[in-house]
Amino acid sequence: MAATPAPAATEPDVLIQMSGVNKWYGEFHVLRDINLAVERGEKVVICGPSGSGKSTLIRCLNRLEEHQKGSIIVDKIELTNDVKNIDAIRREVGMVFQQFNLFPHLTVLENLTLAPIWVRKIPKKEAEETAMYFLGRVKIPEQAGKYPGQLSGGQQQRVAIARSLCMKPKILLFDEPTSALDPEMIKEVLDVMIELAREGITMICVTHEMGFARTVANRVIFMDRGQIVEQNEPEEFFKNPKSDRTKLFLSQILAH
Amino acid sequence: MTMDVAAAGTAVRRGSAFNDPRLRSIFYQAVLLLVVIGIGWFLVSNLIHNREVRGIATGYGFLNREAGFAIAETPISYTPSDPYSRAFLVGLVNTLKVSILGIILATLLGVVVGVSRLSSNWLVAKLAAGYVDLVRNIPLTVQLLLWAGLIRVSAPAPRQAANPVPGVFISNRGIQVPSIENNPIFLWVVIAALVALVIGWGIARWARQRQAATGQPFHSFWVGLALFIGLPLVVWLAGGAPAAFEIPELKGFNFQGGWTLSPEFAAMLLGLTVYTASFIAEIVRGGILAVSHGQTEAARALGLHSGVTLRRIILPQALRMIIPPMTSQYLNITKNSSLAVVIGYPELVSIGNTIGNQTGQVVEAISIFMAVYLFISLSISIGMNVYNRRMSLRER
Amino acid sequence: MAATHSFTEPFVATQEIPAEPPPGSTTGPIAWVRQNLFSTWYNIVLTAVIAYLAIRLIPPFISWAFIDPVWGPATPDQTPADVVAACRAATGACWAFVNEKYRLIFFGLYPFDEYWRPILAMLILLGLAVSSTVRRFWGKRLIVAWVVVIVAAITLMYGAIPLGFLDIPIPGLTLVETGKWGGLPLTMGLSMIGLALAFPFSILLALGRRSNMPAIRTLCVTYIELVRGVPLITVLFMASVMFPLFLPEGWNFNYLLRAQVAIIMFTAAYLAEVVRGGLQSIPKGQFEAADSLGLSYWQKQRLIILPQALRISIPALVNTFIGSFMDTTLVIMVGLFDLLGAARLGLSDSIWGPFYKEAYLFVSLLFFVFCFSMSKYSQHLERYLNIGTRRR
Repeated sequence: MAATPAPAATEPDVLIQMSGVNKWYGEFHVLRDINLAVERGEKVVICGPSGSGKSTLIRCLNRLEEHQKGSIIVDKIELTNDVKNIDAIRREVGMVFQQFNLFPHLTVLENLTLAPIWVRKIPKKEAEETAMYFLGRVKIPEQAGKYPGQLSGGQQQRVAIARSLCMKPKILLFDEPTSALDPEMIKEVLDVMIELAREGITMICVTHEMGFARTVANRVIFMDRGQIVEQNEPEEFFKNPKSDRTKLFLSQILAH
Repeated sequence: MTMDVAAAGTAVRRGSAFNDPRLRSIFYQAVLLLVVIGIGWFLVSNLIHNREVRGIATGYGFLNREAGFAIAETPISYTPSDPYSRAFLVGLVNTLKVSILGIILATLLGVVVGVSRLSSNWLVAKLAAGYVDLVRNIPLTVQLLLWAGLIRVSAPAPRQAANPVPGVFISNRGIQVPSIENNPIFLWVVIAALVALVIGWGIARWARQRQAATGQPFHSFWVGLALFIGLPLVVWLAGGAPAAFEIPELKGFNFQGGWTLSPEFAAMLLGLTVYTASFIAEIVRGGILAVSHGQTEAARALGLHSGVTLRRIILPQALRMIIPPMTSQYLNITKNSSLAVVIGYPELVSIGNTIGNQTGQVVEAISIFMAVYLFISLSISIGMNVYNRRMSLRER
Repeated sequence: MAATHSFTEPFVATQEIPAEPPPGSTTGPIAWVRQNLFSTWYNIVLTAVIAYLAIRLIPPFISWAFIDPVWGPATPDQTPADVVAACRAATGACWAFVNEKYRLIFFGLYPFDEYWRPILAMLILLGLAVSSTVRRFWGKRLIVAWVVVIVAAITLMYGAIPLGFLDIPIPGLTLVETGKWGGLPLTMGLSMIGLALAFPFSILLALGRRSNMPAIRTLCVTYIELVRGVPLITVLFMASVMFPLFLPEGWNFNYLLRAQVAIIMFTAAYLAEVVRGGLQSIPKGQFEAADSLGLSYWQKQRLIILPQALRISIPALVNTFIGSFMDTTLVIMVGLFDLLGAARLGLSDSIWGPFYKEAYLFVSLLFFVFCFSMSKYSQHLERYLNIGTRRR
C-alpha cells in the first residue's frame, strides 16, 4: 500500500500514475512499457487501431485485467492483489462499457441503487434520490420503472452512465461507449459525456469519435501494438501528427 | 362463372372456389379427420372381434376383482386379497417414492457437480467433467443392472455388512439406515424448527427494512440458520435428549429396526440419482455460463463483492435459464423409474404389466399406467408454462 | 526506453518497443500447478483429498481389471467349468466371460457359419453413419444412400429382400429368422432404421404442429405430447402387446418389427421437437422472401426453410440419436436380445452367473465408445455451425 506524501500546492494533482506497465496474455505481449499520468480534472482520449491494447489499458485501471510488470497508482492507492486496495479503487473509478452491461432483471432504478446500497451502505431512500437526480442529468427520469430490455440502445447507455455516476466516482472510464449504438443515438450519449466533461470530472475515454476528442479532450493519446506512440493536445494531434503510424491511422479514420 | 366482364371490356379474374385457401384447408382437414376416424374404427373393431374370439372381457370392471399376487415392496398396506385397484395404487406409491427421492438427491448432486465443473481447481473440474461424460454415455439400463448387482450379489451378507457411517449398514439385503423413534419430544422439535423458520423470516424482513432506512447490511441468513439449528436443539436438550434414532441391530440373520431400503429400491435410487445428476450438472453449468461475462464485469467495476454479485446478479439470471430444462429432467426421472421392471422393483409399470398378463386385459392395464404418466407430464408442462410466462424478461 | 520523458507533456515514440517474453513466474509448469491446483486454501485441501482418494482407489482397480484377471482358458482343453473355477479362485476380473460369450454378445443367436453377413451388414451401416458426418456428402445422394444401405443390410441379415408379404430370396443366402438376430447388429439396426424412418415422419409432425389448420395442428400436438409424456417402455409394451389385438387375425408382425415400429413412433415425437426448434430459429424474413417470390408451401419448405432448419438442428439431432441408441437396451423387455440383452443371456448360463460386473462393464465400454464419439462429433458440429452464425 503505497502512500506518497500529499503533493505541494504547485505540483500537479496526479490521480492516475502508470509506470512501466507491461501485460501479457499468455505469450502475447499486449501492453508494452506504458507510462501515463492523468491529473485531476483532465480529459484524456485514447485512440488507435483494434488490437492496440487501448481497452486493456483502461481495464487495468480498475483491475478487470491484471498487469504483470510495472506499477499502477490510482488516487494514491497502489493497485496490487490486495483486495482492500482493489475495493477502494473500484469505489472511486466508474466504468461505462461498450455493451452497456445493464442488469436485465432489475429495473432502471434498481440498477442505479444496487451498488450505492451494497457498497457505500447508503440508505435506500437516499440512494433513490441520488438515482433520480442522475437520471434527470442524463435526461431520462421517466424511465425509472422500466426494465433495460424496454429501452433503446442510446437510453440504455445513458442509464449505464448514470449508474456509474451514482457511486460519485472521482474518475470515469469509457470503453468505446458509442461503438454499439445506431448512428442516430450516438449524439444523445456524446452530449451527456460532453456535459459531464465540462463539469470537471476526470475522464479517460477510448473512442473513435474524433469530434468528441476535439471538443472536450485535454490530451489525445494514440496507441499501436501495445505501446503509446504519440500524445498531444487535440489541435496539434490532428493537425500535425508526428509519427508515421499516427498519420496512417488518422488518414484511415478521418477519410470520411 | 369465374370471370367477370367489367364495363370497359377488361376481364377481372375472380378466382375459382377450388383455389380459395380457406376452402382448401377445410377440405384437407375434413379428409384428414375422415382418414383418422376410419383407421380408428378399423382398429377398434378388430380389437373387439379379437377379444370376443379369445374370451377376454372389456372394460375396467376387473379393477374390483381380487388381485391374487403378492408385491415385494408395500409402502401402503396390501395383501393378495386386495383388489387390482389397490395393487395399482401400491405401484403408483412406489413410483412416486423413488421419483421424489431421486429428484431431491439428483438435484443436490447435480448442482455440486455442475458448480465443480467451473471450479478454478483443475483436478476438481476435470473429475466433474469426466463423471458427466462417463455417465451420460452409458445407458441407464446398464447402470441400473450394475447397481443392482453390486448390492444384491457383491455386497456382503448381513453378518459382515459394511458399516461406512455409524448406524448405516450395507448388505445384500439392502441398505439399513436409522429411523426416528416415536417420542413426543420430536413433535416439539419439529414445531421448534417451524417457529425458528417464522422468526427467521421476520428477522429477514426487519433486516431488509433497516438496510433500506440506514444502509447497514445484516447477515440475516446466518442468524436464521443458527436459529433453525439452535432452537430445536435447545428443545431437544430440554426434553432430556432422548436417544433419537432406532439403530438397526443384527438379530439372527437380518436387521431389525430402522428403515430398510430394499436392494431394488436402493439400486433404482442410486442409478437414477447418478445418471440424472450428470444431466442436471450440465444444465446448471450452462445456465451459469449463459449469464454474459459483461454482467460480472459491470458488477465488479461497481465494486460489488462476489457474494452480492452471485446472489443478486448471476443467480437470478442463471435460474431463469436453468429451471425449464431442470423440470424436464425431473420428468425424465419419473419416466425412467419405469425401467425398474428390468431389476424387479415393483413400480407402476411392472405391476401394471403383471395385472395385464393375469387378466388378459392388457389394453386397459396399459391405458391406466400411460394415463398416470400423461397426467404427471402434462401437469408439469403446464406448471412450466405458467412459470415461464411469469419470469420472462420484459422486452419491448 | 526508460521513463525519462514527462508523463503528461506532448510525446512521440521514436522507436517501436519489441515484444518480450512474459516474466517466468507467471507461465511455465510450476506457475500452472500453483494457479490451477493450489491457488486458495480450499483448493489445496481439495487437491490433497483427491490425490489421497486416487492413491487408495486407482491401483486396486487397475490390478483387478488389467493385472490379475483371468483372460481365458489357460490351456485349450479346459472346459468352461474349469475356467469358471479358475475365475472364482482368482482375485482379478473374469474377462474369460467375454472370451467365452463374445459371439453371443456380438451376434446374438445368429448361426455361426453365416457370421460374415451380420459383420458385413454392420460395416456398411457404420460406413453409412461415418459418411453422413462428412459435410460434403450432405444432399439428395445421401438420402438415397441411406435407403439403399438399410435395405441391403436387412437383406443381408435376412437372406431375402423383405417386401411385406412377399420375400424375394437371394440365391446363396439361407433365410435367418428375425428371432435369431441379436447383439450389436440389432442395436445398430434398431437405432439407425429408427432414425431413418422417424426423421421424415418427424418433419411432417413439426410442420403440422406449426400449421394454420387447426385439425392438423391439434392432431400433431396431441401425438407429440402424448408420446413424449410416457416412458419408452410403455410404448414398447403397447406395440408388442397390442399389435396382435388391433389387427385382423392372420396379420402377424414378428417381435422385431413391433419393437422397431414402437421405436420409430417414439423417436419421431422427440425429433419433431428438435426440428420445431430449428424451424423456430429461422427469421421471419426468410418465409416472407420465399412467399414474395411466389413459391408454393411445399416449394418454400423444401428449398428454403427445411435446409436451413435441419442444418441448425443437426447437433440436437445427433444427441437424440445417441439417446435412441442407448434406449434400444429396453427391447429386452419385449423378448429381443440387443447388445445388453445378449450379455444377460450369457449371464443366464448358470455357471457364469456371478460375473455380472465383467459382463456389464464390457457392454458399458462398447456403448461408451460409440456414444462418446458421437457426442464429440456433435459438439464439433455445434462449434462449426456457430462460427458461421456468431456475432462479434
